[in-house]
Amino acid sequence: MSADDNLMIANVSRRRFLMGLAGGSALVLAARWDVALAGNEKAQFGAGAMPGGWVDDPNVFIHIDADGLVTIVNNRSEMGQGIRTSLVMVGADELGADWDQVRVEQAEGDHDKYGNQNTDGSRSMRHWYQPMRRAAAAARQMLEQAAANEWGVPVSEVQAGVHTIVHTPSGKELGFGELAAKARELDVPGRNALVLKRDDELRFVGKETGLINGELKSAYPKAIDGEDIVTGKAVYGADVPFEDLLYAVIARPPVYGATVGDFDDTEALKVPGVEKVLKVEGTGQPAGFSPLGGIAVVASNTWAAMEGRKALKIDWNLEPAGDNASYTSATYRESLEKAAQQPGKVVRQHGDLDTALENADKRVSATYYMPHMAQATMEPPVATVRIKDGKAEVWAPVQNPQATRDTVAGRLGLDAETVTVHVTLLGGGFGRKSKPDFAIEAASIAEAFKGRPVRLQWSREDDIHHAYYHAVSVDYLEAGLDNNGQATGWLHRTLSPSIGSLFAPDPKHKGEFELGMGFNTMPFSVPALRLENPHAPAHVRIGWFRSVYNLPHAWAIQSFAHEMAVAAGKDHRDYVLDLLGPDREIHNLTVGDGWNYGEDPDLYPIDIGRMRNVIERVTKEADWGKSTGKNRGLGLAFHHSFVSYTAIVFDVEVDDQGELTIHRADIAFDCGPQANPERIRSQLEGAIVMGIGIALQSEVTFEDGVAQQGNFDKYLIPRMPDAPKTLRVHLVDNPDEAMGGVGEPGLPPVAPALCNAIYAATGKRIRRLPVGDQLKA
Amino acid sequence: MATLTINGERYELDVPDNMPLLWVIRDVVGLKGTKFGCGMSQCGACTVHLNGTAIRSCVTPVSAASGEITTIEAMADDPVGSKVQQAWLDLGVAQCGYCQGGQIMNATALLKRTPNPETGEIVDAMAGNLCRCGTYNRILAAIERASGKEGEA
Repeated sequence: MSADDNLMIANVSRRRFLMGLAGGSALVLAARWDVALAGNEKAQFGAGAMPGGWVDDPNVFIHIDADGLVTIVNNRSEMGQGIRTSLVMVGADELGADWDQVRVEQAEGDHDKYGNQNTDGSRSMRHWYQPMRRAAAAARQMLEQAAANEWGVPVSEVQAGVHTIVHTPSGKELGFGELAAKARELDVPGRNALVLKRDDELRFVGKETGLINGELKSAYPKAIDGEDIVTGKAVYGADVPFEDLLYAVIARPPVYGATVGDFDDTEALKVPGVEKVLKVEGTGQPAGFSPLGGIAVVASNTWAAMEGRKALKIDWNLEPAGDNASYTSATYRESLEKAAQQPGKVVRQHGDLDTALENADKRVSATYYMPHMAQATMEPPVATVRIKDGKAEVWAPVQNPQATRDTVAGRLGLDAETVTVHVTLLGGGFGRKSKPDFAIEAASIAEAFKGRPVRLQWSREDDIHHAYYHAVSVDYLEAGLDNNGQATGWLHRTLSPSIGSLFAPDPKHKGEFELGMGFNTMPFSVPALRLENPHAPAHVRIGWFRSVYNLPHAWAIQSFAHEMAVAAGKDHRDYVLDLLGPDREIHNLTVGDGWNYGEDPDLYPIDIGRMRNVIERVTKEADWGKSTGKNRGLGLAFHHSFVSYTAIVFDVEVDDQGELTIHRADIAFDCGPQANPERIRSQLEGAIVMGIGIALQSEVTFEDGVAQQGNFDKYLIPRMPDAPKTLRVHLVDNPDEAMGGVGEPGLPPVAPALCNAIYAATGKRIRRLPVGDQLKA
Repeated sequence: MATLTINGERYELDVPDNMPLLWVIRDVVGLKGTKFGCGMSQCGACTVHLNGTAIRSCVTPVSAASGEITTIEAMADDPVGSKVQQAWLDLGVAQCGYCQGGQIMNATALLKRTPNPETGEIVDAMAGNLCRCGTYNRILAAIERASGKEGEA
C-alpha cells in the first residue's frame, strides 16, 4: 500500500503548508480560539492552560484508508487506565465507526502537534473528551458532505450510519473507505458548524457494559490492547525488538546527592557479556528529572549487565549529599511530630480558633503519620535510546513524552525537534513514569555507542531504592466540640516535604497545588478554623504518587472526623453529614486555593451536595448501621479530589489474633459524565486494592539516607488474599456536571475508611500507617 | 551451551549455565511476553511452565530448565490456556496488563492441576502473583469463569 492509499480524511493542505512554513504551533494556537469553547478549554483553565493545550484537528487524530480502516491517534500514555480504548471509543462513536474496523495509533511525543500529552492528574478524558468528539464530528461531517456531493443531494439528506453514510430518502449507502478520498478534498468545517451527536445517538459513550459488581452484564467493545495483553504480544518498554541492542544497568549513589568517588571495574569487565563500564554524570541537588549519576555497566544482555554491576567496586562520596546522609525515618518522624506541636505558616483561617478551643466542652486531638511509599509499577523503569546522525530516538514507557523529549534533548545538547519519543505501553505509571530520568540515563549511555540502541533497565531494587517517593507526612489535628458534640473549632497542621524540593532549593513548605489537594479545600463547615503548614525539609527525591498529597490529607482528616464523631457519641455518617453543613458550592479562591486542579472554579466548585450524595449512596449500598456482630465493623471515609467525589465503606473483621479480613468494600463515585463506565469501574476497583496496601503494608524507611526496602519481600503491596472478598462500585449518574478525573480520586479515602472500620471492629485507633502488625500487639 | 525446548521449538544456546531462564527467554531467544518484575521470585510476572508446572523463570538457572518450557505466547494453542485468556477478555481483567501474562500462566497451571478449584484454592494459588493495578477481584472471577464456575466476584 502506498502512502497515498493511506488517505488523510481531509486535506487542509493550506494549513499544513502554512504550518510547515511557520513552524506550527503559533498558527495552530491562533486557530484554536475562534469559537465558543467548552468551559474547561478556555486558555487559562483546564486543557487550555496545559503546555501544548488541546488540538481538535481531524487531520491530526483521524485517518481513514480506502479499505475503510479507521485509525484514531491516541495522544495520551496508556498505563492501565484504558485510555487507548476509551478515548478511541469516544472518537469512533462520534465518527460512526464500526469498532471492528478501528485501530489505534500511539502518538509520538510532540505536544505542538498533538496537544498536551502529560498523562497525569487524572486529566486524559476530562481534557480530551471534547476535542476528540469535535475532531471526529468534523471528520464525519466531511464524509457526509462528500457523500452528498457524490449523490448530488443536499447534505441535510444524508447521515452517518455505522461505517457508512446513508442517503436517508433513497437508502443509498457509501462506505467510509469509498468516501475517504473525496472527503479529504473538503475543508474542515469550522467549530461553529460542528454538530455533535445527541446522547441517544451514541453507541459506546456512557454505556454500562462488561463486569458490574461481579456480574457480566454485557460484552463491551473489545479493549484495544486486550488480546495482545493476554497473548503476550503487547509491547511495553523493554519489549521493543532491535537487532543490535546493548543492555545497561546503573549503580547509583545509595544516598540522594552522593556522587561517585573512586571505582574499580576490573572484575565487572571480566563478567562474560560485559562490554563497557562508564560513568553517568548526575546533576546534583535538586535532581529534577536528571539522573542521579553513577556507574553504568553495558553488556550483551540484561543479566550480564546486572552481574557486572555486582562486581563493581565503588567508593561513594557522601559529602555532596549533606544531611541527606543522616536521614533516618524514625528520627525524622519524631522531628515532624515535634514541629507539629508548634505553630506554622497559616494558609487558611477564619473565626477565633483559640477562643473556640478554650471554650470547648470537649477537645479532641490526634497526630497521623503516613510513610514514604514507592510507586513500584510492575514494570520497572526502562528506556531504549539510539543516537544516530545527530538525532536521538527514544522508546520508553513514559507518562510525559514531551518532557522526555525536551529533557533528553537538553542532556544531549540537541534540539527537541531532533529527538523522537516513541511511547510504548506502560506497565503501570502511578506518577513514577511522569519523571523521565530513566530515559535521560539511557540517552547518556547511548552517547557512548552512537548508532546502536542502548536499553537501560532498572531492577526492582533500583526502583525502590531510587524512587521519587511519596512524601512522608505528619498531620496534627485538634478540634473543639460543644456540649452537643458539634465542632466549634478546627486546627490542622500538615507537614510533608514538598515536590517543590525536586526542582528548586527546598521550599520546606507545601506548594499551592499540594495544599490544594484536600488540605485548604477541606469541605467541613466549622465556625473557627486555622490551617497551618510548618516546615518539613526533603532528604530524598519527592515525587508524584497516584493521588499525591490527597493521600495524607484524606487519611488525617477522614480519620479525625471519625474520632470527633466517636468523642461526640454520634453515628459517624450522621456526624460528618452535619459537619459538611448545608449543600453549597465552595469556590476554591474562598478557601485560599488558587489551583483547583487547574480547572475553572465556576465549572468545578467543591459541591457539598455531590459530596453528601456519594456518602448517602455508599452508606445505603453498604447497609450502614447494620448489626455486624463481634469483632466486625463498618468504616466510612470520603474525599473530593481531581474534581470528582468519592465515598467508601469497608466491612471488616479482626479476630482475636489480630487477623484482618476485609469482607466487603463499597465505593460510590461521582465524576460527572462517564465516557467509559466499564474502565471507570476498573480504576475504582484498582484504587481500593492499592489503597489497602497503603493502609496495611507499604512503607519505605531510611537509615542514614539509605532505603531499607528493595524488593517485594520487604516493600509489601497487596496480593490476592488481601483484596476484599466482595468489591462493589456504585457510579453516580451525573451527566450534566463538568467531567471529573477518574484515575486518582478513588484512592485517598481508602486508608481512612479501612482504619475507621478497624476501629469499629476493635476499638483500636490506627494513627500510624501502615497498620503492619499493630493489630497483633 | 544450553539446549532448550520452548513452545515446541528446540534452541541450542551459548549461554552461561547460571543465567536465569527469564533472560534467556527475553534477551537471547527474543520472546518478550515473559516479564521481569522483581528478579527474586516475589511477583510472578516471569511465570512460565516447565513440563506443565508454573515456575519462576527469574530464579531458574537455564541449566535447571530441562524439559518442555511453555510461555504465554503458546497459551492460545493450549485448550486450558485459551479458555483462561478468553475469560480474561470477557471480564476485562487487565489494566496495564504487564503482570497478566504471568497471572494467566499461573492460573492455567492451576486449572490443569485442579480443574474445579474452590475459591480459597484459587486465592492461595494466585497469592504469589502481584498486580499493582489491583485487578485481583477480576482475576479471581475470570479463573472461576474459565473453570466453568460462573462465580460471584
